[in-house]
Amino acid sequence: MLASVAKVEAVEGKVARAVPPVIRLVLLALAAIGLITVFMTIEAHGNWDFILPFRGRKILAMVLVGYAIAASTVMFQTITNNRILTPSIMGFDALYMLIQTVVVFFLGAARLSQMNPRFQFGLEVLAMVGFSGTLYWWLFIRVERSVHLLVLVGIIFGVLFGSFTNLLQRMIDPTEFAVLQDAGFASFNSVNRTLLGISGLIIIAVSIVIWRMIHVLDALALGRELSITVGVEYRRTIMIVLALVTILVSVSTALVGPITFFGLLVAHLAYQTVGSHSHRYTIPAAGLFSVIFLVGGQMVLERVFSFNSSLSIMIDFLGGLLFIILVLRGGKK
Amino acid sequence: MIEITNVTKQYGGEAVVNDVSLTIEKGGITSLIGPNGAGKSTLLSMMSRLLRMDAGTIRVDGLDVTKTPSDVLARRLSILRQQNHFEARLTVRDLITFGRYPYSKGRPTIEDREHVERSLEYLDLVPLQHRFLDELSGGQRQRAFVAMVLCQDTDYVLLDEPLNNLDMRHSIGMMQQLRRIVEDFGKTVVIVLHDINFASWYSDRIIAMRDGRVVYHAGPDVVMTPQALFELYDVNVQVETICGKSVGVYYGDVNEMEVQQARSDRRRFATQVHGA
Amino acid sequence: MQVQSGQLSYRLGLATVGVIFLACISLVIGVYSFSFRDLISGQADVHSSMVLFVSRIPRTVAIVLVGASTSIAGMIMQMLVRNRFVSPSTAGTVESASLGILIITLLVPNASIPLKILFASLVALAGTGLFLLLLRSIPLRSPLIVPLVGIMLGGVISSVTSFFAYRYDLLQSLSIWTNGDFSRILRGRYELLWLSGALTLIAFIIADRFTVAGLGEAFTTNLGLNYGRVLAIGLTIVCIVIAVNVVTVGAIPFLGLIVPNVVSMMLGDNVKRTAPWVAVTGAGFLLACDIAGRTLRFPFEIPIGTVVGVVGSVVFLVLLLRGSARVG
Repeated sequence: MLASVAKVEAVEGKVARAVPPVIRLVLLALAAIGLITVFMTIEAHGNWDFILPFRGRKILAMVLVGYAIAASTVMFQTITNNRILTPSIMGFDALYMLIQTVVVFFLGAARLSQMNPRFQFGLEVLAMVGFSGTLYWWLFIRVERSVHLLVLVGIIFGVLFGSFTNLLQRMIDPTEFAVLQDAGFASFNSVNRTLLGISGLIIIAVSIVIWRMIHVLDALALGRELSITVGVEYRRTIMIVLALVTILVSVSTALVGPITFFGLLVAHLAYQTVGSHSHRYTIPAAGLFSVIFLVGGQMVLERVFSFNSSLSIMIDFLGGLLFIILVLRGGKK
Repeated sequence: MIEITNVTKQYGGEAVVNDVSLTIEKGGITSLIGPNGAGKSTLLSMMSRLLRMDAGTIRVDGLDVTKTPSDVLARRLSILRQQNHFEARLTVRDLITFGRYPYSKGRPTIEDREHVERSLEYLDLVPLQHRFLDELSGGQRQRAFVAMVLCQDTDYVLLDEPLNNLDMRHSIGMMQQLRRIVEDFGKTVVIVLHDINFASWYSDRIIAMRDGRVVYHAGPDVVMTPQALFELYDVNVQVETICGKSVGVYYGDVNEMEVQQARSDRRRFATQVHGA
Repeated sequence: MQVQSGQLSYRLGLATVGVIFLACISLVIGVYSFSFRDLISGQADVHSSMVLFVSRIPRTVAIVLVGASTSIAGMIMQMLVRNRFVSPSTAGTVESASLGILIITLLVPNASIPLKILFASLVALAGTGLFLLLLRSIPLRSPLIVPLVGIMLGGVISSVTSFFAYRYDLLQSLSIWTNGDFSRILRGRYELLWLSGALTLIAFIIADRFTVAGLGEAFTTNLGLNYGRVLAIGLTIVCIVIAVNVVTVGAIPFLGLIVPNVVSMMLGDNVKRTAPWVAVTGAGFLLACDIAGRTLRFPFEIPIGTVVGVVGSVVFLVLLLRGSARVG
């Protein structure tokens, strides 16, 4: 019996994908590290005392946020059993914008920029987590409805928040509006150090939980019925994953602003290139792709285009476009 | 054994399963038959905790299905339903390996691999094991799913219309495989079937449902009678005994068949008399 | 609940009267007050009649036209895609039209309104076509996936639009253009909405074809109709209506979604029977929202896009959660 098992595995090894997933991950990691190094050292003109911490902070923000977006998107797609969706559409981005708009409307743009960053961060994260927690409880814990319904309801709330935001924005003076409009786009340029630290700790803690659940995520990918059949505690597990996704999205949005479609791009790239369906490989791959695109993109924007602040708009826009192309090409099965 | 007590399931005011109580003894193949909408699939789903019941309890070997942790149940009971779609591109082998998840939690051991090999062989899937599921035909995919469930190696195996996409040869193979695991390993198989003849040929007991209620719970000899089948299906079925098993012929109304037979007899007689 | 056609026509008549009543109320609301009696007896001053003819009547007519045509557009889409939750705002159509307006404004800064409408229609057609293409590429396991895909596509298109608007400093203008608002309606600036009205009438006339298309491609071909052609005609009507409405008034979320659904729950999906109801209900609903928007914080006006956004969201939620036992 053991001999036949060994024989099968040898065949498997030959037949399987030419390059094993681990090697692919290593290659991606090397690319990411390479880009980071270039970013940190290019055109430094010897001002290491300033350059390293300044750029280092940007890099750290990009790595943390990139990983958070990648991991949350992959996990979200697994639990919704659908690869077209992204967690931020569930009203997080809209709620974030509403909070910014409310502050500017009632307190003025000046107040927004003067607000204690820790307070603002805490407020935003709490609001987003509180909102989604209520939603999940209402629609999933009390009575088990489908995850798709939950997502659609989240979106509708997003529209609701958007309506209020729009209303308030019309009444805001155009000079104040300029401040708001920047809030609608993520920026890695001026990330507060303390917040970076706090976010880093939160994201690392969440990652540890994800790592311990990595096999359950694989089982969840089979869909509700098969995963229950193989013994997954479906409702509880989905809740946990949703909570993790929520924390990741809220923290990254509060840290740098909304990035909606970027996660889709890196998730799909990961699925199509890493050569395995297992989350053990897809989450790190998506994370590495994020870092590559964010760091690379920021570098290109700074050196080639020299307009600094709109990395996220470009990334979102490109991410959205590329994602549509990927879906159209990869579909029709 | 599986004890079902006063189980009811309602959809929009209508009881799809209406106060059903029965006991399925350990061992053997029990078929669930009945017309469309009888509640068979619903009952099976509730037995396997995939669906919540509105009233009543179900116990499997004394374990309440709604209160027992899912992975404990997953080692006693496995179920395969009809629609199984997911986004991840898995190979046949990947899928079957998931059958060992309740035991290995994603880290397969040598013993797990042996179970996987055995399931592959049982369902004639060895040449297909590295193909992706979306590259297979409907029937091949069906066999892969059944292999996964068998790999889970549970005492109770519940299957919802597993013969749907299978041709004759594979349908027979599947039923013979189920008989083998019942006889060799003492498993209990509960299977929803559309074809009453497969039910009759291979089951030890038949549960017949209609309109949410159990009408018969007995051996094939009791259920496979014209009166019982008419009661269930509103169709005249002529029952013959072939190789010691009851087989129902229902392709045309029996009366109509007699009329056709009489007509062709008369024609033959007529040509004989008048000389072709 | 089966109601005889005679009774139904009677009820439709009643509903139409109701809408006319709402329209009259709409005419009267506003900061400048005047009495009807003065107007009729000819004693009213010039200003009163000007307010009535230049502002009030056009506004009310615009609301009726937009309400009816958007609802019908939603109904057509639901039939063609065979999904209850598809609508111009959940298929990327509205967002594509907005993108079209932005592009033409950038390319031809003083573009005439008909030009804007033409361009917006074309981009809306492209966007909706992309939506249909996407639907074919992904497995549709639950009816809820269709609006999710449409919303995602709409989101992606909006982000493209925002990108260009940001680059050319048009973001605040964009948000004003695209939020539905009837306060800008004046005589001479809304007449193109009659085009929407005309297209709605055409939809009434060919209603049966949409019902058949709603049964699926195989059925349609079986009954001798060219499915592709019905699809093309239906989508063209939808996109032009949406383009006209968005250019003239702005986007009104969920209107094309909730009105046909509410009507369908009560009367089914035979388009010939339900189309007039959808139009009348759409017009009435929008009138009611507009009246609410103008009176709740009198004399300030809450833009209709916001009112419908709020009411529409709530109704959509109710629709989703009511029927979700089987759907989800």
